[in-house]
Amino acid sequence: MNFETIIGLEVHVELKTKSKIFSPSPNAFGAEPNTNVNPIDLGYPGVLPVLNEEAVNFAMKAAMALNCEIATDTKFDRKNYFYPDNPKAYQISQFDQPIGEHGWIEIEVGGKKKKIGITRVHLEEDAGKLTHGEDGYSYVDFNRQGTPLIEIVSEPDMRTPEEAYAYLEKLKTIIQYTGVSDVKMQEGSLRCDANISLRPYGQKEFGTKTELKNLNSFAFVQKGLEFEEKRQEKVLLSGGEILQETRRFDEKTKETILMRVKEGSDDYRYFPEPDLVPLYIDDAWKERIRKEIPELPDARKQRYIEELGLSEYDATNLTSSKEMADFFEETVKNGADIKLASNWLMGEVSGYMNKHLKELHDLALTPEGLGKMIKLIEEGTISSKIAKKVFAELVEKGGDPEEIVKAKGLVQISDEGQLREVITGILNENEQSIIDYKNGKDRALGFLVGQVMKATKGQANPPMVNKILIEEMDKR
Amino acid sequence: MASITKEQVKHVANLARLEITEEEAEMFTDHLSAIISFAEQLNEIDTDGIEPTTHVLDLKNVMRKDEPRHWITREEALKNAPDHKDGQFRVPSILE
Amino acid sequence: MSLFDHSIKELEAKLHNKEITVSDLVDTSYKRIKEVDDKVHAFLTLDEENARSKAKELDSLEDTIAKLFGIPAGIKDNIVTKGLRTTCASQFLRNFNDPLYDATVVEKLNAEKSITIGKLNMDEFAMGSSNENSSFTPTRNPWNTDYVPGGSSGGSAAAVAAGEVLFSLGSDTGGSIRQPAAFCGVVGLKPTYGLVSRFGLVAFASSLDQIGPLTRTVEDNARVLEVIAGHDKMDATSANIDIPTYTESLTGDVKGLKIAVPKEYLAEGVNPEVKEAVLEALRVYESLGATWEEVSLPHSKYAVAAYYLISSSEASANLARFDGVRYGVRSEKAENMIDMFKKSRSEGFGEEVKRRIMLGTFALSSGYYDAYYKKAQKVRTLIKNDFDKIFETYDVVIGPTTPTPAFKVGEKIDDPLTMYANDILTIPVNLAGVPGISIPCGFSPDGLPIGLQIIGKHFDEATVYRAAHAFEQATDHHTKRPQIGGAN
Repeated sequence: MNFETIIGLEVHVELKTKSKIFSPSPNAFGAEPNTNVNPIDLGYPGVLPVLNEEAVNFAMKAAMALNCEIATDTKFDRKNYFYPDNPKAYQISQFDQPIGEHGWIEIEVGGKKKKIGITRVHLEEDAGKLTHGEDGYSYVDFNRQGTPLIEIVSEPDMRTPEEAYAYLEKLKTIIQYTGVSDVKMQEGSLRCDANISLRPYGQKEFGTKTELKNLNSFAFVQKGLEFEEKRQEKVLLSGGEILQETRRFDEKTKETILMRVKEGSDDYRYFPEPDLVPLYIDDAWKERIRKEIPELPDARKQRYIEELGLSEYDATNLTSSKEMADFFEETVKNGADIKLASNWLMGEVSGYMNKHLKELHDLALTPEGLGKMIKLIEEGTISSKIAKKVFAELVEKGGDPEEIVKAKGLVQISDEGQLREVITGILNENEQSIIDYKNGKDRALGFLVGQVMKATKGQANPPMVNKILIEEMDKR
Repeated sequence: MASITKEQVKHVANLARLEITEEEAEMFTDHLSAIISFAEQLNEIDTDGIEPTTHVLDLKNVMRKDEPRHWITREEALKNAPDHKDGQFRVPSILE
Repeated sequence: MSLFDHSIKELEAKLHNKEITVSDLVDTSYKRIKEVDDKVHAFLTLDEENARSKAKELDSLEDTIAKLFGIPAGIKDNIVTKGLRTTCASQFLRNFNDPLYDATVVEKLNAEKSITIGKLNMDEFAMGSSNENSSFTPTRNPWNTDYVPGGSSGGSAAAVAAGEVLFSLGSDTGGSIRQPAAFCGVVGLKPTYGLVSRFGLVAFASSLDQIGPLTRTVEDNARVLEVIAGHDKMDATSANIDIPTYTESLTGDVKGLKIAVPKEYLAEGVNPEVKEAVLEALRVYESLGATWEEVSLPHSKYAVAAYYLISSSEASANLARFDGVRYGVRSEKAENMIDMFKKSRSEGFGEEVKRRIMLGTFALSSGYYDAYYKKAQKVRTLIKNDFDKIFETYDVVIGPTTPTPAFKVGEKIDDPLTMYANDILTIPVNLAGVPGISIPCGFSPDGLPIGLQIIGKHFDEATVYRAAHAFEQATDHHTKRPQIGGAN
């Protein structure tokens, strides 16, 4: 490859405040069209915006988690453009005084760590939703209008589509940790536009960039950028010129398609919003918000490695979502062994979630249940094998593991007399196996253990079965 | 003397989503040129170091609590719409 | 003599003593409207059925205690009224029959039991100084219907002057209450920016707009302001201050009041008869024990230019919402989205509105922002500083409201700049955000009213009213009534 790829991302994240940023309408996803709207959202004549304090707090929290400097003096501006989903024909946004600037996050690709700069984080309102009917008309639903949004603009610091993917994953995890957004791309609470350009290695100036839109998953961001990287390279190698274009990613063909060529920059005629007064964010306010930020994924991962003795791999996986990490810690608090808790969460629990496309909060399983179940394993009350049966019940219906074990009669049989009786019976029916065992065929022991387990529906205490079998055979 | 050309007037009309006829373009060019020339008198004043006034009162941090409430029904939301269907506002296709 | 020759306070007593009923007052209104409004054209929409039923309801109450109990009012048509057509005198909103909510000021009037008679004519979207920009039939001056009533609250001033309502609400962005008040010989106050909620006022220039009362007397004016002023959590620019009882400041005593008279306000361009009326008013003040001195507001002459850049820029964004999607009239010729926007707006807006939208769009556009919009905002700071400095020494600033009395219909309509210059004495007040009142102070030889403007410190409406009231008590201009008619 003769060219260096330059990638910058613009990510929009919806903040999950209870009400909208400038009106008291409920801020909720998935309602019937135009049911969460009021005259303010509809841009009725005479209405005025009033800023939702929580939106500012959330934006600050996100910006802080992204290592931004928080503005002391900030304000809102009007960004003017006509579109049917933009009811005032201006979007209230922030132009020259964003709430956060000069941030960064660290990504890891191929074992190498890299800092990606964040130019700015600003607060604005989301637009309504426009869909295209088959009748040749377009339709507008203003439920989304006025949802608080933060726009996170990265520096052009990424050099591969893979880095862009890693950046998005990391960004999503961090924002999710702060709790200010659901960051669900499928629900549109996280959206991404990508800018990409190529330049010959060694050249200082950036090449002309194109902007990719309609990127509906992180995988599509990566695929779109990969396609665009190759397309631009081909154009440049054939002596062509890259135009400043907006291109749409087609999910079916995995190609990018020209939407429009930009002529100069758009003239949004920004000016200070006269209906909103400036914000002065003093140190006390900043500190109050800073204190609300939970331990972030990198710090948590480091703690798991250093203090809990988990492997880097386990620590990374467990901290990949705050929900998982919280669940893990709660499980351990309920008495579970650290390593076992980690194994169960990474193994059975994640397996179940993936298979059923569910998230932790969708499961009936609680950290208390999982913790108690693991404790039962540790105490020898149930075997790991039985535990899987208990888990199947816990994950679907919840409940107390001890109750489940009792109700289903899954308690491990550790009563020596009872086991000896079962074993004697088995041995009486398997004379040949005793002979084989005595002739040094180890497999015979395994066969006999299996028979005992079968007879006890797997509830026999395995070490005891071993011990008694050997004793009984030695007697014969 | 500053003035505005007919092409600029047409560009501005497009930005403002106004359709103007050729005659209107000429009239507005005359009017806007006169107004803009008149506004040039502001350049007589030295405003270096003067802060622009957006808000005449020195108010800061006016915010509301994050408390949601419903206000109007969907029927009301659509009541004044020139065109609506199935609970949504209907507009001519944005696709050309 | 009409019931409306009484003050609100007097009517309150009559209602309380059962000498009259609210229905009598409402009758008086509609009767007068039927008599004169085909000449004056103050009203765009009447709400007679509701008004009469509300009157009956109030008449059935034992308790008549409310600040505006049963008082007939007119509301400028850029103030939204739930269930009552609100057009801003624009064709774009000619079918806007239910704005879905009441403006905060309307809620406040309702809470004090006034009765909305109807919606008042104006220059389209409050852009104009003569009411000739109403896209319906323009309002005429009750003193002589060949003359304009002023604007943009021309309907609000004319309705009060013609005795159609006892008070009205107007809005003032660059003089739109005070100038028509002066032209029609009534009392009109533009309050301090932030004193009265703008929620429900269809925005023209958000940083300048204020709603205010128009009345026949200063006392009535103060009473209405007491009702509509006050903090509103729906308006982030509304000031959170305690509202004084303005009527208590009407002592008639102006001894020791320090008056500043800007020489720029009596300079060339001010009609001699207007100048003489103002000087006469100053002599009245002197006789009452006040003192006056000539001062300078050096940046006044730049106010008109700064104002047109700022107000048009804000208006270009404020009027962008009229796009034909959610309300208003969509062009029937709209075949695609761009068409819908362009044709609906072009068909719905009049020429002056288009002119200002284009001026504002230009002033904000890339490459011109600093030279025009930002420069104007800086000049605004200097104009505000001029006032701050004067108010360190003086209690009020006094001058004419307008350079001339009302002009003839059609006289200035073809020259936007001449029309704009008419607001030269009112505009600085909006730019500085201070309160200003216009009260009658005489008549021209043609029998047209002349207005005296009294300007006060931020939130010092009490002193403005006290000064205005003392003058009113010492003179009889406010008792004169127009004979509705003209040469045509």
